[in-house]
Amino acid sequence: MATTSVMGREIHVDAEGFLTEYDEWDEALGAELAAQIGIEMTEEHWTLVRFLRADYAETGQSATTRRVATVGGVPVKRQFELFPKKPGKKMAYVAGLPKPAGCV
Amino acid sequence: MTDTQPRSVPDFGDAEETDRKLVVICSKGNLDMAYPGLVLANAALGEGISVDLFFTFWGFDMITKNRQRKLAFSPVGNTAMHLPVGGRMPQWLSPFPGMTAIATRMLRKQINDVGVPPVDEFLDQIVASGGRLWACRMSADMQGLTMKDLRDDVEDIITAADFMDLSEGAQTLFI
Repeated sequence: MATTSVMGREIHVDAEGFLTEYDEWDEALGAELAAQIGIEMTEEHWTLVRFLRADYAETGQSATTRRVATVGGVPVKRQFELFPKKPGKKMAYVAGLPKPAGCV
Repeated sequence: MTDTQPRSVPDFGDAEETDRKLVVICSKGNLDMAYPGLVLANAALGEGISVDLFFTFWGFDMITKNRQRKLAFSPVGNTAMHLPVGGRMPQWLSPFPGMTAIATRMLRKQINDVGVPPVDEFLDQIVASGGRLWACRMSADMQGLTMKDLRDDVEDIITAADFMDLSEGAQTLFI
């Protein structure tokens, strides 16, 4: 398994760079991951990321944009504004989760 | 054995300005055949790809206000229709009265069970993600339908020639 260094911390990542260890993440790391992909976190971003973390803890899967809309209550359009172009993957990355496995 | 990399950040393709473009032609009005185009269009939008959907012939039901929630599925002629108890559904049974309603209910439930929305809600999501919906002029004329019969988010009713402009340089899927 590969590791990478972020903020002087060793974290485990998969071949694409998504974190593989749920517990290695905290919000300071999340902010740094977001900065790496050009996203400045606002309270709205955090609400979404916290939902993803809690949902993953419950279901064992990264929520898709559909699930973030229907269960998390953030409309798909807003997700595209907060995490431009590839919201599903970017949200999961910032939240320290694997990329979503669902098709929809 | 761990392998430490200096910095590993996923490539979200933000650096290069992509002009990848997908056009999906939806020509079928059966419930099962509505989904392939919707799933792929939605996935493409989630990958930052520009998407246009063009509805023609039977596919018109997907964007017609009073029909888009009533798409049905018939097992007739479908040899891949399996019974919940196992085995293939006999073809002589498929055309029996009520079979379309039963098969439609089953399929709707299966789609819902995997968290995939009904056709109208799926189109809402696709439009919210930046997808554009277009209707075919000939189909509209044949069925006597106008823009007021179609979903409010349909961009326009366009001709085959307009479609050529729309699909220039795009990957095109005919479903």
